[in-house]
Amino acid sequence: MSYIQGETGDWEMVIGLEVHAQVISNAKLFSGAATEFGAEPNSQVSFVDAAFPGMLPVINEHAVEQAVRTGLGLKAQINLHSVFDRKNYFYADLPQGYQISQYLQPIVGKGEIVLDLPDGSSRTVGITRLHLEQDAGKSLHDQHPAKTYIDLNRSGVALMEIVSEPDMRTAEEAGAYLRKLRSILRYLGTCDGNMEEGSMRCDVNVSVRKPGAPFGTRCEIKNVNSIRFVMAAIEYEARRQIDIIEEGGKIDQETRLWDTTKFETRSMRSKEEAHDYRYFPDPDLLPLELEPEWVEDIKKTLPELPDDKKARFISEYKLSAYDANVLVSEKAKADFYEAVAKGRDPKLAANWVTGELFGYLNKAGKEIEESPVSAENLGGLIDLIADNTISGRIAKEVFEAMFETGEKPADIVEKKGLRQVTDTGAIESSIDAVLAANADKVEEFRSGKDKLFGFFVGQVMKATQGKANPALVNEILTRKLKG
Amino acid sequence: MGALTHLTMAEALDGLAKKEYTAVELTEAHVKAVETIRPLNAFITETPDKALEMAKASDARRAKGEVGPMEGLPIAVKDLFCTRGVLTTAASHILDGFKPEYESTVTTNLWRDGAVMLGKVNLDEFAMGSANITSYHGNVVSPWSPGEVGNWSRQLVPGGSSGGSAAAVAARAALGATGTDTGGSIRQPAAFTGIVGIKPTYGRCSRWGVVAFASSLDQAGPMTRTVEDAAIMLRSMCGFDPKDSTSVDMPVPDFRAALTGDIRGLKVGIPREYRVEGMPAEIAKIWDQGIEWLKAAGAEPVDISLPHTKYALATYYIVAPAEASSNLARYDGVRYGLRVEGGNLKDLYENTRGAGFGKEVRRRILIGTYVLSAGYYDAYYNKARQVRTRIKWDFDEAFKSCDVILTPTAPSTAFAIGEKMDDPIQMYLNDVFTVPASLAGLPGMSVPAGLGSDGLPLGLQLIGRPFDEETVLRVGHVIEKAADFTATPPFVA
Repeated sequence: MSYIQGETGDWEMVIGLEVHAQVISNAKLFSGAATEFGAEPNSQVSFVDAAFPGMLPVINEHAVEQAVRTGLGLKAQINLHSVFDRKNYFYADLPQGYQISQYLQPIVGKGEIVLDLPDGSSRTVGITRLHLEQDAGKSLHDQHPAKTYIDLNRSGVALMEIVSEPDMRTAEEAGAYLRKLRSILRYLGTCDGNMEEGSMRCDVNVSVRKPGAPFGTRCEIKNVNSIRFVMAAIEYEARRQIDIIEEGGKIDQETRLWDTTKFETRSMRSKEEAHDYRYFPDPDLLPLELEPEWVEDIKKTLPELPDDKKARFISEYKLSAYDANVLVSEKAKADFYEAVAKGRDPKLAANWVTGELFGYLNKAGKEIEESPVSAENLGGLIDLIADNTISGRIAKEVFEAMFETGEKPADIVEKKGLRQVTDTGAIESSIDAVLAANADKVEEFRSGKDKLFGFFVGQVMKATQGKANPALVNEILTRKLKG
Repeated sequence: MGALTHLTMAEALDGLAKKEYTAVELTEAHVKAVETIRPLNAFITETPDKALEMAKASDARRAKGEVGPMEGLPIAVKDLFCTRGVLTTAASHILDGFKPEYESTVTTNLWRDGAVMLGKVNLDEFAMGSANITSYHGNVVSPWSPGEVGNWSRQLVPGGSSGGSAAAVAARAALGATGTDTGGSIRQPAAFTGIVGIKPTYGRCSRWGVVAFASSLDQAGPMTRTVEDAAIMLRSMCGFDPKDSTSVDMPVPDFRAALTGDIRGLKVGIPREYRVEGMPAEIAKIWDQGIEWLKAAGAEPVDISLPHTKYALATYYIVAPAEASSNLARYDGVRYGLRVEGGNLKDLYENTRGAGFGKEVRRRILIGTYVLSAGYYDAYYNKARQVRTRIKWDFDEAFKSCDVILTPTAPSTAFAIGEKMDDPIQMYLNDVFTVPASLAGLPGMSVPAGLGSDGLPLGLQLIGRPFDEETVLRVGHVIEKAADFTATPPFVA
């Protein structure tokens, strides 16, 4: 447990997260309009989304399937009977004057997420529920000095609201939760998890307490849009609350905003100012009834999820928990690794993927999908090491060229003449030349200075531009020096 | 051309088929009739050019042998149905200038079957009212009003909310009209004006493209001068619509074929709770008369109990405003209709909605908002939902011992504009007999049964099992024959 030091001793944070995840779907939750990101304002709006008189919602079956798939991925209870409610409030970008959501009877009930913490340990966080709801449109306040513009492209887009139990105790755990949730959603193909584009947004509930004490009063920080900000907002908010309590104050339950420039939270509205949403079942929609067989069919199509994949990587490829974690964090990474490892030394493959490849990608700011080095080519490189065409050291040089050009390793080796020298005659003459040029060192070695062996190897490799087979160099050098 | 406007739909279909007149001639007569009845203020928008164009197209189809079930029949459309390119107001100021780019499913079905649109008829604002006195476009006057046209000695209401539909059909300006019924808005005006009106089972007619009042209750239906015409028009209006999630995927029967006249052995439920205290003698009398007619036709009256009837009105006036308060939130001045600018968003809302909604609509929005509010939700809205379920069970139970239920449609004949106006509760009591079937989603029809002592029409209501409009129509047809209601309003086109 990691506590925060206060004037009066240790404090513990209690954190719960509400994530709004945009469902990957070709159409909106209750209309056939498209959902592509970045389209011209108001170009993806049906009469239903703009709440024209007499328009009625019709549930998008695919969005329901995506919610069920997500629920199954979170090992959650799927509610075969769920109800859509209207959440009533007025806002210019909410055309209906209500949001269709699920209140008392959500489509998905309790589930869980296992967090993989940096120290290799894991921790289970409970999922309270997942429900389907419509997104609102967007108000643009910066287009005109006095007017607000409305873009309804997002109006009616399907969101999954995923609510966690207040099970997290540090900002790191909250970060790990979001990363793991995003990873699961991406594995499932139900949300692209892109926080910058707003397809995943987070409301953060934070309270503090003395270890072992009952929960304190919580504040909700609305709409935080990156994992880094979530963690920073939690740290700030917990410290703010501790300071208030330690100065003899009381926490007011309220909704707060995260200021991304000042890096602080500030009050948005108090509990008294909270909306009365007047939830009631939407009379335009019948309760959603799912067939158990339909849910079973979806279950059968679930991919292998990160936790299962990690366990398999450890048992099948004998990888460390750490490497396995890194590799399964994204499905694309895991797939890449498996393509490289197939028919090769899995540990060597893991080293190349997590070491060189991820290092280069990181430096270049590229995603695995954008890697200039294909899995096939990286496998080819490892094969060249295995069959002694090149040494491990030369391979790193070849990899750099592969990353720059995207070319095949064999072509680079040929073009640059990097093929390993295994001709014992050529190596012997190189060694002879090195030994002749360093007669004094040879004397020293022979009188007991063993460490000089490395020096000779280096000189030989230098003379052969690193192409000499290291094993042969060792063998011949040993013979010559001792002889 | 008086004769053409006095035809029933069935007769007009016959005459068109026999080439006694064309759809254009029939329509021209009605376009003229629409002009004649202007003093009634039944129409908000007349569409004579569209009507003639549609009539021409109908004649052309007929010439090619393509004859729809309503081919060439001129009808009026309640201005709650969205009609493409034609002003659609819901009788509210807030929809100023709103011309939809889409056509409601029900009207689409009617045009598909060959019907011709004469125009959009008046109603209570957002269908909220029982006298057609809440319209932004002015009151509708019943053609039954006594005295000189335009200078009536007593200006009677046509009932509501489908008051324009009722007045237009009763005054022979349209062969039929679409109505919508949330708590009695088809049946009560039909009773007040001496015509037939049927609200089918909830889910029979698509609500897509109909301006919503209370979504769980709203249902479209025809208003015509005969039961047979109601059967013809209902068949065209009904049908499964994937665009309405509450629409029911069931085959639409040939309702006309159900009018066999044979109701021998049928059990007709007479709910004792509907014999309310203080029921006017002539209402009780026409009800008893109805029972006698059905008995004479071989049906068997059965005493039934609907114990939760006394809660129906209160339940309705919680559920309907609750849904309305949410349904009407979209009229905010941001995207269409009226917009009264303000310094900020809140002012824009307040100015627009304050100016755009009439008093009755504002009242219901306030009631609805109140009953859904935290702290009141359980006592009002939730309780009302529970009672609604009980009311439904009452009917389920009753239909174990009967096939159809007979009641009066309204507790009185039409009253005059100005009466019952100061006390909204008095006005709400108009719906006392129609609301229970609405809450239960059951089909209900009003059939003209006779005249009261004041010489004004009285209607009887038939309530059927879910999706059993056929029995309702069959029994209604028998009452219609027995009553032989031939009275016409003093003012007809």
